[in-house]
Amino acid sequence: MVHGARADVLPDSRADLFYSKYSGGGMDINTYEASARAKIGEDFSVDYSYLVDKVSGASIDVLSNASVIKDERKQNSFDVTFVHDKTTYTLGFSNSKERDYISNTPHISLSQDMFGDLTTVTLGFSRSRDKVGENDGTAFAPNVVWLGHAESRSYDVGLSQILTRNLIAGVTVEVITDDGYLANPYRSIRYLDPTAAKGYSLAAQVYPDTRTSTAVEGRLKYYLPYRAAATVVYRYFRDTWAIVGNTLEFDYTQPIRNRWIFEGRFRYYKQSAASFYSDLFPYAGSQNYEARDKDLAASQNFTYGLKATYAWLPDGWKVFKRSTVSLDISQIRFKYLDFRDIKDYDNSPAGGSYAPGTEPLYSFTATIYQGYLSVFF
Amino acid sequence: MSRLRTGSLLLAMVVLTTACSGGIQPWVKPYERDRLADPIMAWDRDALSAGFLDHVYESREGSRGGTGAAGGGCGCN
Repeated sequence: MVHGARADVLPDSRADLFYSKYSGGGMDINTYEASARAKIGEDFSVDYSYLVDKVSGASIDVLSNASVIKDERKQNSFDVTFVHDKTTYTLGFSNSKERDYISNTPHISLSQDMFGDLTTVTLGFSRSRDKVGENDGTAFAPNVVWLGHAESRSYDVGLSQILTRNLIAGVTVEVITDDGYLANPYRSIRYLDPTAAKGYSLAAQVYPDTRTSTAVEGRLKYYLPYRAAATVVYRYFRDTWAIVGNTLEFDYTQPIRNRWIFEGRFRYYKQSAASFYSDLFPYAGSQNYEARDKDLAASQNFTYGLKATYAWLPDGWKVFKRSTVSLDISQIRFKYLDFRDIKDYDNSPAGGSYAPGTEPLYSFTATIYQGYLSVFF
Repeated sequence: MSRLRTGSLLLAMVVLTTACSGGIQPWVKPYERDRLADPIMAWDRDALSAGFLDHVYESREGSRGGTGAAGGGCGCN
């Protein structure tokens, strides 16, 4: 039994209905997703999921450019998984479509159990080809101009390791390289302009057309002396645009008998700005590359989350092994360290009482509700 | 970059070679894995929810990757 000859096992068949609502920073996003994974025999499984994001409103940097978004994103994902002995092979394809953005992503991964199933090594590769456009019409009379393509390749290596009978560890390294049109066309830079009433004007962003990033994530999960689990996750990120990001997350999972599982989550994230980011440039074209996208600004955020899962069929019924319903509420507090809030100061007198570059720093809170029904069979 | 990639490849090769030689005995026996098999010890009990939250963060932060979830689209206006 020490070198168990047991082949790797596919997870149970499962179907999910998922809904989520995100509100924050002037945006409302409703997400609907249906997903099913079915085992065919013991060695094969197929996964399919269909997702719709309905986006309304627009974030601060889009608002300061005076356009409001009402859009929809649809995503189809299909995966086939095959197990042979200790190896699991997955081949998949995902297509995401918005009026002004189309993305196609094939991916492949291979996972190998070893050392008497104490260790699992995973290798993955995906390549996405995106078509990037801009809707310069209105939300109701769209006119999409296609601006270019972006290509992305992702390579990942993962290791999951049983350390003791109560402790597991995991490490993932992922390198992503991009090439093509990488800017967000809806966001603008601003530069000092003494001829403008507000003291500044807006202009198009100019991004480098390549980017390479490396993320390393380490995870530990511990089974406490009573029936509960604690998880700690740390991720280090850096890229060729000089962004360095650090993420730290703690989770606590507490089941109550076989009916309830409660989970608490705390996450902290901090990043430095991209080298070509500035909230206010001295003049237009003052650098080769110029960005004022708040995702590239120095920032930090905190997340608090709570999740409850209730098994309403804990012991199954007919073909169903069990069924659960889950509710999850998270709040994220975003704080920007060099991105200023210029939206509210457009009224007369122009620019309000703030000189350009002295406006208050931007911050916002997002609330995310998730609810889903899962059936295992 | 290329140094990092070579390093990762080398590490994977060392792990695989050691595994194939069968030199390491599993120190947590299969019958000692009852707690690890508890659903509360799964890395992601709900992949849909985890993937959704990854997408939320990826659309609003400069960092990406390392979490094992595949992306797609932007949804970041």
